[in-house]
Amino acid sequence: MVETRAYVGPEEAQFGDYVALLKPRVMSLVVFTAFVGLWIAPGHPDPFIAFCSVLFIAIGGGASGALNMWYDADIDAVMRRTQSRPVPAGRVTPQEALGLGIALSILSVMMLGLTANWFAAGFLAFTIFFYAVVYTIWLKRSTPQNIVIGGAAGAFPAMVGWACSTGSISLESLLMFALVFFWTPPHFWALALFMNNDYTKAGVPMLTVTHGRRSARRHIFAYTLVLAPFALWLGVTSVGGPLYLAVSVVLNAMFIWGGWQIMRRDETAAEGDGYRVEKRYFRFSLYYTFLHFLALLVQHAMGGW
Amino acid sequence: MALRPEHELHHRRRGRNMGLLAVLVAFAALVFGLTIAKIGNGDMMEGFDHQPRTSVLPREETPAPPATDAATTAPATPITGEDQ
Repeated sequence: MVETRAYVGPEEAQFGDYVALLKPRVMSLVVFTAFVGLWIAPGHPDPFIAFCSVLFIAIGGGASGALNMWYDADIDAVMRRTQSRPVPAGRVTPQEALGLGIALSILSVMMLGLTANWFAAGFLAFTIFFYAVVYTIWLKRSTPQNIVIGGAAGAFPAMVGWACSTGSISLESLLMFALVFFWTPPHFWALALFMNNDYTKAGVPMLTVTHGRRSARRHIFAYTLVLAPFALWLGVTSVGGPLYLAVSVVLNAMFIWGGWQIMRRDETAAEGDGYRVEKRYFRFSLYYTFLHFLALLVQHAMGGW
Repeated sequence: MALRPEHELHHRRRGRNMGLLAVLVAFAALVFGLTIAKIGNGDMMEGFDHQPRTSVLPREETPAPPATDAATTAPATPITGEDQ
């Protein structure tokens, strides 16, 4: 048999590696918030058109993930959490990731324009630009506020979904944006508290690295206080209702209480129990957004105020 | 060094090729489904095509009076905007 490999290189990329470039786990948040935004908006879309709209938003989100992996390959190679991603592992070249990212960006924006409307498509293009250029290229390596502003990229999909149905922006979609936007910093800083060594090695100016862990703990608590009013405000708009409001009150109380506990903890106690509280808080923060959006969905099915 | 029908490369890349095939077939099915859904909902399927056509003008709420031969005269709505 003729051996076509000139040298024993890294493993050849499989189909799954190209899927991994699209960050499927981040995509799940994008898909869910975009779907809820689209579904609870006034005006009922055709189910198949709704499905396709969410799919193209997801592909757009995936494309920005691929662009992120192209640009961040050097950082990813250093951090334990990201070492096995396809580009730093050498299975996919950075150029391939760039090509896939650009091709899927164009495809997803064009298809969303044809499926839903061009306002939503433009919004999706802006979201991709925001994540790939504003966050990844400009902010991530230069400011400890990177994830605060970068969090906007994760918060836009709910607005894009809303725009698919309505062709516009409204108070409800802005509040859904605020819900994800102000949730992002405590979520990521909790992660940074127990992944700090990774970020220090990679030289990413996370708040925990630049301003110390004490300051990060205070910031987490402060953001939970900022977040709560927006989450509750959403409950008294046209998409809210008693169920959503009840769920939101409970979740925000728990989120603030968790933030308070994190602020009160000192480093020795945290190191002593292996960051148990921080890890639990990080996991809870995932449920926080998921349950808020699920409550919006159920409330919509039940009828609002 | 004739290329055999089942080269080692074919085996190595089978997964990728099949994956791409599935994606392309799914995309074609999606576009077809979208077409059916959009036409089924009565969406406008004609766009501006560099010359004014009565068929792409917005439908009027009240029916026009049946006076003259509507097919040959100018449309009731004045042609504005991008049509000019």
